[in-house]
Amino acid sequence: MSAVRRIPELLAPALLILGTALLGLEVSSYLQAYFLDTLVKVAIVIALYVFIGNSGVLSFGQISFVALGAWTAGVLTVPEDQKRVTMPGLAHFLLTTNVGNVASLALAAAVGGAFALLVGLPLMRLSGLAAGIATFAVLEITSNVLTYEQSIGPGLNAFSAVPQTTGIWQAAVGGLICAAVAYVYQRTRFGRMLRATREDPAAAAAAGISVYRQRLLAFALSGALAGLAGGIYVHLQPLQAGGLSLDLTFITLAMLVVGGSGSLLGAVVGALVLNGLFSFLSAATNTVDVFGWSLTVPSGTAELVLGLLMAVVLILRPAGLTGGRELSLPRRRRPVADLEKARATT
Amino acid sequence: MILGFLNLTWPTFANGVALGGVYALMAVGIGLVFGVLRLVNFAYGQLIMAGAFALAFGSQWGFPNWASILFCFGVVLGLSVLMDWLVFRPLRTHSPAVMLVATFAVAFLLQNIALLAFGPLGKSAGSLAILNAPWDIGGVFIKKIAVISVAAAAGCLVILQLLLTRTPLGLHMRAASMDFRTARLLGIRANRVISGAVIVSGLLAAVSAVMLSVQELTVVPAFGTQDTILVLAGVVLGGLNRPIPATLGGFSIGFANGILGGVLPANQSQYLPSFLFAAVIVVLLVRPDGLFTRAGGTAQRV
Repeated sequence: MSAVRRIPELLAPALLILGTALLGLEVSSYLQAYFLDTLVKVAIVIALYVFIGNSGVLSFGQISFVALGAWTAGVLTVPEDQKRVTMPGLAHFLLTTNVGNVASLALAAAVGGAFALLVGLPLMRLSGLAAGIATFAVLEITSNVLTYEQSIGPGLNAFSAVPQTTGIWQAAVGGLICAAVAYVYQRTRFGRMLRATREDPAAAAAAGISVYRQRLLAFALSGALAGLAGGIYVHLQPLQAGGLSLDLTFITLAMLVVGGSGSLLGAVVGALVLNGLFSFLSAATNTVDVFGWSLTVPSGTAELVLGLLMAVVLILRPAGLTGGRELSLPRRRRPVADLEKARATT
Repeated sequence: MILGFLNLTWPTFANGVALGGVYALMAVGIGLVFGVLRLVNFAYGQLIMAGAFALAFGSQWGFPNWASILFCFGVVLGLSVLMDWLVFRPLRTHSPAVMLVATFAVAFLLQNIALLAFGPLGKSAGSLAILNAPWDIGGVFIKKIAVISVAAAAGCLVILQLLLTRTPLGLHMRAASMDFRTARLLGIRANRVISGAVIVSGLLAAVSAVMLSVQELTVVPAFGTQDTILVLAGVVLGGLNRPIPATLGGFSIGFANGILGGVLPANQSQYLPSFLFAAVIVVLLVRPDGLFTRAGGTAQRV
């Protein structure tokens, strides 16, 4: 019974992602860019959710794993003759190594996950504000090095000539993989243990859960998903990997919090709603037609409305649009339901 | 010269101390609000940005310097109070994470308002630029602004210390930052204490805005953001729960920033943020409760 009730928990996010992808196929190629961007954002926000949502620890560092994923997939897929022109200082190993699309994405995920594990080993001992500031420091260092180190990439320039293999399907599959991994993780005992530490670290530790180990696992998993999302991103458009920093952190964190950081559905809804609105307003700077009424807004309105909306949602509905709940079918009223409830709400 | 190694010169040292002083003021401003509200105000940098823009407009409109500075104080204070009313108050009872993200939102909003209104190229705050001229102190040329920054920071910190220890409002603020609930039960008016902290914090932001705008001259919408991140790191490094450690933390990171910026050769100074933040991580791992706090203090609340 409860298994049936739980079907929408994965189905709802998956259908939302698929729906966005199908809608993206219907529109003009100019508008399709916005749908692609939204799908990538969904993947990034899910990656954030895996750690922040399940552990309740605020991390500003996950975007550095997106940047590393983008760097990995970018530097490994630019054709060698192009590398010699655009990245003259590149280390020999990176210059001569070239892989295909799928391999570059897998490596992006692997590098993101490995780096997150490495960083997490010392950092996951911290909690609260110290953890927040330390992850911030990771973000600053990664973006600083990726921006200035000429021997590993194009530095201040964007990766050019990365094969643009991310179409609607690649973006959608990426989002679906992230959603599925996040869902499976939160159903496993590891996910449940981490959620227990989120609710009450002391009680969880008393029950024999290692807060450190569970957080580290989620951090690394989140890093891998973020790396994958970064790889998909760099195959979508020319990116300067070091530029994936504060702004993207802010926007994706906003999406997670507005959607509701307590649930996978919240992550997906937040990304879709905020990025949808953001895209609409960005498009409206060049005039869009809304039901025959043409609308033009000054540039910068999108950022303005996003900031305002986020502040308003936080003030009026701090648990986010979904309230941090997954979508599940209503349960039948039975005496056993109370027991079920106690189990299902964890 | 004693400081001859590391090609550290007295002017560089003075600039380091000056930047440390400004960061210390910002650290106190952030720490005061954190004390009473348990809120890390990420939008503090945008208050400074607004103040710096006020100065720039003051000099564009031909205000005399005192009027520009007064205008700057007015803008920053007004914005602080507005922020308190519109954002801090409704969110007061929520979790620190929600409040932090909310101030993140305010920061983003204000930065984009500035971007929309004043453009990405920014404005020049020219009228106070004369303060960048050096003073000859015993054969060593030190920028006037460095001396003024240090003096202003020291003066503000002394006044603040007097306010906190010698006035009823200060007593209430200290009580509230120790235990807000109990302080309220004992009849301390929450709104008044919070308004007091927000206003003092705003004043400190205005002073910092004046000092920073002289040093950096061009005011862009991102003005003060990087400084705020560094100060936040410094505050956490020092120990967020108490004002003096927080001040010391802010000073240290500002000092390190100023010194390293002057000492490092150009091809390494681009990695300055990496060095600073790597140091931040190391210190946090060794002393997660803060560098200048006694070990075995109270558990962290955030």
